[in-house]
Parts: sequence; C-alpha cells; structure tokens
Amino acid sequence: MEGRQEAGKENKPSSISVDPQGDSSLQVEISDAVSERDKVKFTVQTKSCLPHFAQTEFSVVRQHEEFIWLHDAYVENEEYAGLIIPPAPPRPDFEASREKLQKLGEGDSSITREEFAKMKQELEAEYLAIFKKTVAMHEVFLQRLAAHPTLRRDHNFFVFLEYGQDLSVRGKNRKELLGGFLRNIVKSADEALITSMSGLKEVDDFFEHERTFLLEYHTRIRDACLRADRVMQSHKCLADDYIPISAALSSLGTQEVNQLKTSFFKLAELFERLRKLEGRVASDEDLKLSDMLRYYMRDSQAAKDLLYRRLRALADYENANKALDKARTRNREVRTAESNQQLCCRRFERLSDSAKQELMDFKSRRVSSFRKNLIELAELELKHAKVSPPASVPSCCPSTPRPLDSYQMLASMCQEGGGP
Amino acid sequence: MAAEREPPPLGDGKPTDFEELEDGEDLFTSTVSTLESSPSSPEPASLPAEDVSTNSNGRKPAEVVLDDDREDLFAEATEEVSLDSPEREPILSSEPSPAVTPVTPTTLIAPRMESKSISAPVIFDRSREEIEEEANGDVFDIEIGVSDPEKVGDGMNAYMAYRVTTKTSLSMFSKSEFSVKRRFSDFLGLHSKLASKYLHVGYIVPPAPEKSIVGMTKVKVGKEDSSSTEFVEKRRAALERYLQRTVKHPTLLQDPDLRQFLESSELPRAVNTQALSGAGILRMVNKAADAVNKMTIKMNESDAWFEEKQQQFENLDQQLRKLHASVEALVCHRKELSANTAAFAKSAAMLGNSEDHTALSRALSQLAEVEEKIDQLHQEQAFADFYMFSELLSDYIRLIAAVKGVFDHRMKCWQKWEDAQITLLKKRETEAKMMVANKPDKIQQAKNEIREWEAKVQQGERDFEQISKTIRKEVGRFEAKRVKDFKTVIIKYLESLVQTQQQLIKYWEAFLPEAKAIA
Repeated sequence: MEGRQEAGKENKPSSISVDPQGDSSLQVEISDAVSERDKVKFTVQTKSCLPHFAQTEFSVVRQHEEFIWLHDAYVENEEYAGLIIPPAPPRPDFEASREKLQKLGEGDSSITREEFAKMKQELEAEYLAIFKKTVAMHEVFLQRLAAHPTLRRDHNFFVFLEYGQDLSVRGKNRKELLGGFLRNIVKSADEALITSMSGLKEVDDFFEHERTFLLEYHTRIRDACLRADRVMQSHKCLADDYIPISAALSSLGTQEVNQLKTSFFKLAELFERLRKLEGRVASDEDLKLSDMLRYYMRDSQAAKDLLYRRLRALADYENANKALDKARTRNREVRTAESNQQLCCRRFERLSDSAKQELMDFKSRRVSSFRKNLIELAELELKHAKVSPPASVPSCCPSTPRPLDSYQMLASMCQEGGGP
Repeated sequence: MAAEREPPPLGDGKPTDFEELEDGEDLFTSTVSTLESSPSSPEPASLPAEDVSTNSNGRKPAEVVLDDDREDLFAEATEEVSLDSPEREPILSSEPSPAVTPVTPTTLIAPRMESKSISAPVIFDRSREEIEEEANGDVFDIEIGVSDPEKVGDGMNAYMAYRVTTKTSLSMFSKSEFSVKRRFSDFLGLHSKLASKYLHVGYIVPPAPEKSIVGMTKVKVGKEDSSSTEFVEKRRAALERYLQRTVKHPTLLQDPDLRQFLESSELPRAVNTQALSGAGILRMVNKAADAVNKMTIKMNESDAWFEEKQQQFENLDQQLRKLHASVEALVCHRKELSANTAAFAKSAAMLGNSEDHTALSRALSQLAEVEEKIDQLHQEQAFADFYMFSELLSDYIRLIAAVKGVFDHRMKCWQKWEDAQITLLKKRETEAKMMVANKPDKIQQAKNEIREWEAKVQQGERDFEQISKTIRKEVGRFEAKRVKDFKTVIIKYLESLVQTQQQLIKYWEAFLPEAKAIA
C-alpha cells in the first residue's frame, strides 16, 4: 500500500519535541516519506549554514536500515562513550495493519456497505497513524543528534545527511543479528560481574543513586508502556464495536412505524459520534501517553548503557591500578603500567564528567516532556468528554466542543418526541 | 340475582353508579386510584356475571374447569370477567359482538360467589380502571420485587432461594405487602402453568428466564467468585422483570396460579420443569412436532393484518438479535477496558514511586488515581450497558418468540376449523350416499353426525374469531408496551452516558493543575 506524507511541522504527532540549540545552525527534518511494499523511504532535509556542507539546503533519501547504521556507528565510537546515544527509531511495522485490511477485503458478507466503509476508513486511519508515527520517530532521532553539541559534529552524521547516493547499508543478516544478540548477553553478564567484583566501590553518590534509580525506573516504565498500549487497544476495540451497533439501530429505526423511529435514529447517531470519540481518545492516549512512555523506556535504556560503559571504565581503572601495584612490587614494566593506569584514570574521569551532565540533561528532558504530554493529555481528554452529540440541529462547526447540555437535550427530545 | 343484573353503565367509568346497583357495596365506592381491600361484599358477583353473559366466548378451558375444582371454577369465572374487559370498547360501540354464546351459565357462578366474594368486584373495578387506563397503557397498582438470593442446601442439591415481595393495594390480595421465598424452578413452573392456560387462546404470556446448567452448577459447587455472584444477580434481575411483566398483563394477573405463587408460603415443587424429566422430554417432542406441523399448514390468510404483523415481528426479531450480539460484544470489551485501565493505573503508581523528581512523581501518582477512578467508571458503564440495554434486548427476543408462538396457535386453530369443515363435508357426502342407497338407519346416523360436525364447525369458527380478536388486542398492547419499554431504556441509557462523561470531566479537570504544577 502506498502512502505519502507531506510532513509540515504542524501536523507532526510527535510527543517528543527537541528544542533546537540556540544557534540553529543545523536544522534537520523529514520533509517527505513514501511507503512502498515493504519499506519506507524518508526524505531527509537539512538546512545549515555550517561551513562543512557544500550547500545551505539539501535533501537525501534514506531508509530505515541507514538510520540503524548511523546509530550503531555512534554506539561503537569510543569518543561518545560518555554520552547518552539517542535511541534508534523502531522499525516501521505495518504488518498488523496490513493484515487487518486484507481480512476486511476478503469480506464478511454479513456486514452492510456502510459498516464496511466505516471499518475500512478506520483501518486506513490506523495505517496512516502508524505511518506518521514512524516518520516522527525517525525525525526525533535525527533532531536530537543535530541538537547535541558533540554528536552533531560526527563525520558519519554528515555523510548520512549529505551523501546523495545510497549508503549501501544492507540490513543486518542473520549472523550479525545473532552477534548483536550475543553481545547483549555478554554485556549483561559483564555488568553482573563488575557489580559483584570485590573492591569496586562506587565513589560517587550521584552515580550510585542514578544506577538504582535507572534500573527500577526502566522496568517500571516498560510495564507502564505495555499496559498503556493495552488500554489504547481496548479503546480501539470499543470504537469498532460501535459500528455494528449504530448500523443495527439505524435499520431498526427504518423498520419502525411508531414513535420509536426517532429514538432509534437518534441513538444510532449517538453511537456513531461515540465511535469517533473513542477513536480520538484512543489515538490521543496513544500519542501522549504510550508513545512518550515508550520513548523514555528506550531513552532510559540508553542511559543505562551509559552507566554500564562508565562502570566498565571504572573496572578497567581499578584493574589498571592493581596491575600498576603488581608491576611496582615486581619492578617490571612499571612505565607501561603507569601509562595504562593514567589512561584508564583519564578515561574514567572523562566519562564520569560527561555522564553526570548527560544524566542531568536526561532528567530535565524527561520532566519537561512528561509535563508537556500530561498537560496535553488532560486537555484533550477534557475536550473529548465535553463534546456531545448535536441535538436535531445540524451543527455548523462540528469540531468545537459543545456544552454537555446537548446530551440532556437529546434525552428530553427522545422523551417528548414520542409522547403518548 | 337476575333482577339485580342491570347492565352496568359501561363507558363512563364512574364507580359510583355501582352503588345504586348493590346494597351498600363499599367496594364500588372505591375509585380507580384507591382500591380498597375490605372484604365485605355480599353479592358482588352479579355484575361480573352480567359481563360474562354479554360476551363470553368459547373458552373451553373454563368449561372444563367448572366441572373440576370449585375454587378454580370461580377463578376461571373471574378470568372470564377480566377477559371481557379489554373487549369492552368494541361492545361499547355497539357492534354486533362476535358470534359467541354465553357459555358459563350464571347459576354455576352464583353459588361460588360467597366463597370468593372479595375478588370479583375488585376485578370489575379494575376492569373499569382498565377502560380508563386503556389509553395510557396498563397501569395496575402492584409492584413486585425479587431480592435476597440465598443459597439453600449443599452440594448438587443446593439451590438459590429468592425473596419475592409484593406491594399492592389491589383488594384481591389478602394483604397489602407480603413476601415469600421461591426458587427458580417455581418460576418456571408458574410460567408453564400460565402458558398452558393462555397461550393457545392468543395471550402473549411473558417467557420465563432461561435455565443455565453451567451457571447454576458453579453456584451449587460453592464457588464464591465474581462470576457466580454476577450470575445470581443477572438471574435475580431477570426474575424480577419476568414477574413485573406478568403482573402487568391484565388477564394473567387474575390467574389463581399467579396469586398462589405470590402469596402462599408453600408451593408444590414443580418437577416438570426439569430438563431431563419425562415432562421435559415430552415438551421437546411436542416442540419438534409443532415445528413440522407449522411447515405443513397452509393458511388462507383472509386478514392482511396478520400477515403484515407476522412479517413485522420476523424482521424485528432478526434486527434485535443482531443488535443484541453487538451489544454483548460491547459489554465484553468495556469490561476489558476497565481491567486494562486498572492495570495501567497500578503501573503508573509504581512509576510515580520510582520517579525521583518530586513534582513529577506526585503528578504520576495523581494520574494513577485518575485512571483508577476512570476504571470504576468503565465498570459502571459496562454494568449499565448490560442491564439496561443487553438484557432488554434479550427479553424482547424471547417475548417476540412468544408472540410468534401465539400466531402459530392461531394457525393451528384455523387448521382445526378447516378440518372440521372438511369432515362436515365428508359427513354430508356420506348422508347423500346413504340417501341414494336408501338405508334409513344409516341416514339417521349420518344426520346426527352432520349436526355434531356442524356444531364443531361453528365452534371452530368462533374459536378462530376469538383468537384473532385476542391476538389483535394483545399485539396492540404488546406494541404499546414495547415502545414504552424501549423509550424508557434509551433515555436511561443516555443518562448513564451523560453521567459517565460528566464524571470524566471532573476527574480530568482535577488532574490538569497537577500536571501544570510539574516544575
């Protein structure tokens, strides 16, 4: 299925916003995206007055695998070991949506044409929403890189932004995927070893606190994210349920010849509005709550990774100290041991300093993002709760929330509309 | 007796006129709204008897019963009375009443009067009331409640006993407020009795709630979980609605079985309602036989009204079934939403706990609280969805099945009439043959048979007319009730939705400042 999106800044559903740095000397956005059979092509547009670039404005077309390549390049770069690497965007996944559309297409003869049209509309909206979200995730990734004073200067980043040709980065084959999987296992085993290593004392309270905090926080936010997803699914289910109810009520209304006719029609109309409402509630909760939780779940994982790297550096430092002591007692290769120890010490201190800064940034970023999204969530929920079905008067501006009295007016109209 | 039987002043509904008729008849001073229950009427029965005489009909069961139990005899007579009352209007318009002959001779009724003198005048009064209330639908001053489900016994012999409370000012009951304990099979027994008496003459008898082996087994086994409490509550509400519907039917309210059910403390155990009993199997066989017969009867419908109505009910049935299935899905999903919201609330609370930024932590805890309250809301809404909407639909699906049954009975009645006519024809042919063959003794026999079958044909025609008339009335009443029921429920349901929205607004409005307070 093909889909295009002309992504202007206004219609981005992103719950994560990235405040550009003061100078805005590097602005990145995804100006267009096309969804083809099994891949999405993003058009990355850069506006920059940095001397490094050949032009001030240029765009390239990138696919998801190239984003992953960029992310991995950052992670593997020792220079950035003391920084939180922005989490990689998730792979665009239209499978579920596509399946549902196909099932609908195969047809269930029991549903009426109107019902079919509505369901198709719902599924298409869902597809579009997923599409928009994946664009937003990829965009946020790039924007965070562009906003970070150190990360934005990376050579690979420039290549990614500027190089007109395909980066020839194929997706990871099975061996690489397995390798990545094993590396993760090794990492967690290593982490366990380090933490249980005797003599390894955390010298800094700040980091001790951060570690305990992040471990617990990550687990809990992952939980919350999963459950928020389920709530969103339930809302969607409910919205879908209203379709056949509304249709059945309409046909009941057409059959009746008595006072129930208007009542049934009104109720059918009400359920139709409820359906749209539930759909909007579902998508708002998805954006403002689920997505935010999901993003910070990944971000907190990135922060955990940073802590691990620092811990590793600390362990190396400790080991270097021990080696130096041993060398001194044996009075052999003291020079190498000394220089190694100094190297480790400098590395560790460098990491600690930048990690501290990064973690504080992480906290403030998190707090402001939660604040923004929770406020928006509450406002949207209020807006939806206040919207009510119009009475018999067709509303001229259906989007504006009307007072709750309309509901009651509707009820009283049902009452009098069919008096004895 | 006869002298006193002046035609009551039909149509003006003034009870006071009766005073002139009787000897200080207290009961007739009671107006529509204040039906007294003072049992001091010496000879009230004359009036009902009068009604009976003007338009009684071929209610064969009544005749049969007259020969049997004396109590029921009177009861049947009173049924006759109320039976007439809905038909008062056609009589008022001085149409030639349908070809009916007064079947129940007043002499038979008269001796009974003393024993049950209380009921008759009240009934008559109520029939008066019925005339007045006819336009507004049936309104009787009786209220039934089913409450306090209690488990009696243990193991597989356990059962739930429900308290049936009646509040009434009708004088046919000995008290104005009383309650009895009944079990589910008692309700089924009541329904089967009423159905056997009234269904085949065209009355729409409200169906009883359905059995549920699974549900009951869980209760018997003693599982004290939410699903079995839900099951008991669902059943209790269904039984209450069933009784309310039954007593709102003017004819059924007169029935002594119904009165016995509501009043007497001990009720003979209705074993015939068990699914695996002999009676149960017989019922199933009969149902199958009926289904086959229905297919073979080809009725010449002379009245388009019936065909139209049957089609209408068939459509309505289909639509309601579809809607019901969708609403059940809605209820299920709303319950899921509620469960998921509760789970999310918990994890949001946990997240708030681990958050080290104080303001954000507080906001997250508040969010958790809001979500918990919303979960409650969803549960209540699901409850409303179910008990208002879904159960109404399933009740009406079963009621429409009863309506269809009544139409089928009419068909059977017609078939009987047809058969009688055919047999009469055959007997006439036989007579003609005998005339030709000149066999005097056989001729006499043939003539006798012809007379017999002529009577049967007449009876058949009368029955058919009667059932058709009853059905018309019943369907009218049913439709009016249906419109009222649906409208009431729709309004109540809308109100529940409004309530939910208002609560949501309150909750989110309380949360918003907390979110804004995150520094």
